[in-house]
Amino acid sequence: MSYDVQAIRKQFPILHQQIHGRPLVYLDNAATAQKPLAVIEAITHLYTKDNANVHRGVHTLSQRSTDAMEAVRSAVCAHINAREVAEIIFTRGITDSINTVAFGMGALLQPQQNVVITALEHHSNIVPWQMLCERTGAALRYIPMNDKGELDLSTLEVLVDENTAMVAFNHISNALGTINPVKTILSRAKAVGAWTLVDGAQSGPHALVDVQDWDVDFFTLSSHKMYGPTGLGVLYGKREHLEVLPPYQGGGEMIATVTMEKSTYADIPHKFEAGTPHVEGIIGFGAALEYINSVGIEAIATHEAALLDYATTTLSTIDGFRIIGTAEKKASVISFLVEGTHPYDLGVLLDQQGVAVRTGQHCTQPIMDQFCIAGTARASFAMYNTIEEIDLFKVALERAVTMLR
Amino acid sequence: MSTIAEKQAVLIEEFEFFDEWMDKYNHIIEMGKAMPVLDAVDKNDDLLVQGCQSKVWLKAEKKGEYVRFFADADAIIAKGIVAMLIDVFDNQPSTEVAAADLSFLEEIGLKDHLSPTRANGLMSMIKQMKFYALAFSSAN
Repeated sequence: MSYDVQAIRKQFPILHQQIHGRPLVYLDNAATAQKPLAVIEAITHLYTKDNANVHRGVHTLSQRSTDAMEAVRSAVCAHINAREVAEIIFTRGITDSINTVAFGMGALLQPQQNVVITALEHHSNIVPWQMLCERTGAALRYIPMNDKGELDLSTLEVLVDENTAMVAFNHISNALGTINPVKTILSRAKAVGAWTLVDGAQSGPHALVDVQDWDVDFFTLSSHKMYGPTGLGVLYGKREHLEVLPPYQGGGEMIATVTMEKSTYADIPHKFEAGTPHVEGIIGFGAALEYINSVGIEAIATHEAALLDYATTTLSTIDGFRIIGTAEKKASVISFLVEGTHPYDLGVLLDQQGVAVRTGQHCTQPIMDQFCIAGTARASFAMYNTIEEIDLFKVALERAVTMLR
Repeated sequence: MSTIAEKQAVLIEEFEFFDEWMDKYNHIIEMGKAMPVLDAVDKNDDLLVQGCQSKVWLKAEKKGEYVRFFADADAIIAKGIVAMLIDVFDNQPSTEVAAADLSFLEEIGLKDHLSPTRANGLMSMIKQMKFYALAFSSAN
């Protein structure tokens, strides 16, 4: 069956509105994706039928909430092909997921060891490792990138050595769209016995990931970038690592026994889930996953690749249009500048014409520094975007550029 | 010479001409383009206005009881906005700049229109100008 983008659009109520008198063209999907009815209805259902605190009550509503939440854990486990559901931890988001690992490693890391990240990372995959290295005296290393925004893998053997404790990097760059050669990096890390963490913030909505096929130690997902609610992330970790990693937050839910002198921790995954979890977020995320799978992630990726191709070709005809990040393998992100204009001005004038793009540094200051630019404007596409929207975007961009020059 | 109130009245009148924000922005952009640029040497971190998303440099000079303002910005809309402020405040008595009520920003709808971050940037520009004016007037 062919991809029916109009049927998909019908499932996203927010898309059907006017902004400043123009139809909304939402192209800020790499920041957050919009939510389908299935997600909105799942949350409404929870609060109208099933809501109760999870894991503690014997009453029916608590059972229902707990079952619904745990069913999502199983669904996530199946989605990324983890070995067992206990390896799926719900967090506040990817930032929280990475901090959980980086904090826990503070107890394990030796000063002579090092952590390797890349020049392409989001701040959330830089700062927790900087903090870890400051605490432990370990060194932080960066795999550099070239002018196209691709990692320079010739440095891999030197940077990832027998003292490397962790190699952490994103699957897809949020700022440039570069798809990184995950397996190559993982295999080097494995050769020296380092742990690995892949940040799947941008891959979650666009690509299927099999954590066993990758043999990655930690993997993270963000619900709100996958058409689910905000405030929820996933941390996948191999059982043997999660068991040795100390928890970084204490509280309810994460304990086995508590006395005033000493507490013992619950088994995974609960050890890392202190406090009442984001039940509505988890249940909404479950609905989002189901929705993504009903459309088919490969079909979505194919649709988005066509949008990216079309947008890249048509926008490049604009005088002075320059794409930042021109990697061979790219996801549906176009970070751009137009000669003689400032990205902030473009963002404002596009918004006035109904087009939502992101402007700024995209939480990737080091990337902007390498390109010697203050920031970019960024258009990013999702399953519900259309060729017609790209045409509207182009017309709006041309008008903005004419005004600004 | 026009007073601060008269300068504001002229701006309000100019903006009344436009119904659409695209046209208002066009006018702001034209004001930005028309403003003389700062010398490169003045575009230093000391003259940067804190709290703006884009880079805005503001320079003030005391001229007796009056204050002169010069500015530049890397983004043209920010430059247009600071050009409007300069249009109102430049060459006015420091005491009056320090005490002025900038009602034109509400009248032309700019204050309501800007996102909170951009509105903060605008307030930072005004605060910085008034700060210079206050310092100059107390030095008189």
